[in-house]
Amino acid sequence: MSHDHDHDHHHDNELDPMAARVRALETILTRKGLIDPEAIDVIVDTYETKVGPRNGARVVARAWSDPEFADWLKRDATAAIASLGYSGRQGEHMQAVFNTAETHNLVVCTLCSCYPWSVLGLPPVWYKAPPYRSRAVIDPRGVLQEFGLTLAANKKIRVWDSTAELRYLVVPQRPADTDGWSEDKLAELVTRDSMIGTALAREAA
Amino acid sequence: MNGPHDLGGQMGFGPVAPEKDEPYFHAEWEKRALGVTLTAGAMGAWNIDESRHARESLHPADYYASSYYEIWIKALETLLKRHNFVTENDFKAGDAVDPAATPKRVLRAENVPATLAKGGPCDRPVEGPARFSLGQRVRTKNFHPTGHTRLPRYARGKEGVIDAVRDGFVFPDSNAPGQGENPQRVYTVVFSGGELWGEGADSALEVSIDAWESYLEPA
Repeated sequence: MSHDHDHDHHHDNELDPMAARVRALETILTRKGLIDPEAIDVIVDTYETKVGPRNGARVVARAWSDPEFADWLKRDATAAIASLGYSGRQGEHMQAVFNTAETHNLVVCTLCSCYPWSVLGLPPVWYKAPPYRSRAVIDPRGVLQEFGLTLAANKKIRVWDSTAELRYLVVPQRPADTDGWSEDKLAELVTRDSMIGTALAREAA
Repeated sequence: MNGPHDLGGQMGFGPVAPEKDEPYFHAEWEKRALGVTLTAGAMGAWNIDESRHARESLHPADYYASSYYEIWIKALETLLKRHNFVTENDFKAGDAVDPAATPKRVLRAENVPATLAKGGPCDRPVEGPARFSLGQRVRTKNFHPTGHTRLPRYARGKEGVIDAVRDGFVFPDSNAPGQGENPQRVYTVVFSGGELWGEGADSALEVSIDAWESYLEPA
């Protein structure tokens, strides 16, 4: 494979300084034979089309449907999630935390942007930005209100700050009136935010 | 280090701005930034802890003015220079001018799926019994190292309870500066809102961190 060609994946305005900076970096590394620009294409395609919150939704729907799986997910989330085919980068060490009538769980990384890529894909901008990272641990109720979620004052909030290599997946409570629903149908109720803890699962329509 | 990245409890950043139907990328260059960062990391010259430390070592004014992919790229440039893959001359020319160090490996397109699927597990065996046990009261250290650490400032010198005893994991504080993995057991330590935030704290709040054993002392 030749690395001497200009790689044709840039559609940004040439005047955008970050676009120019990243393009220069990619060019230098490619011409030195240090990176394969086609590997970048595969990485981007993976996180645009293959690895995203639908993975996590399948995990949650299975846990709602199958008590044995839910129990496994509680005890050994890494293995239980891998059994559905989801593992790998930024999902090597998983813990599932279950919302209950008494406790709502919320996940943050105050130090960087640790996030369970294998089940949720790439993190949204707000998750990586200072307002969320600074306030999730000191004012989680205020943060939740900005997402349109007001919890009862006596509902306990447990915030999980991902300061090590464990990655947390919130299992929201199963919505009412979903008895007998298939896993596929249940998975439609499981949003990305409900698995971070900034929302509840959707209500049954 | 007490860097700009250590955000827990800081104020003044304004409300969270969730974006409806947010796209994975907000510009084409962000896609390339993600890919360049991952493929350059795959050369094997630095570990995730050194990479995090490079990001948090940006000047605070620069860190706060940058989007996350900008932070990644700025830190990546530092790492590439430090490990002799790219020189100032190269950056000035915007092209490959100087020779580069030899990478341990080059991630080819065909190997990407397997590499992403494998990830980079950081658990390591540790010898001997765990120093702390489930339910034990512990106090986090009050320290202010100038190098990398994963004990956030808001949780230093605080009393909490061991909520989970985890496996051994690579110790970031020594791994970031290339002083070895020195694995230690990790514990999930839970604090009351009152212990962390004092007067006026939410009484129905608990916050946990994941702490390496040497961050903790018996309470």
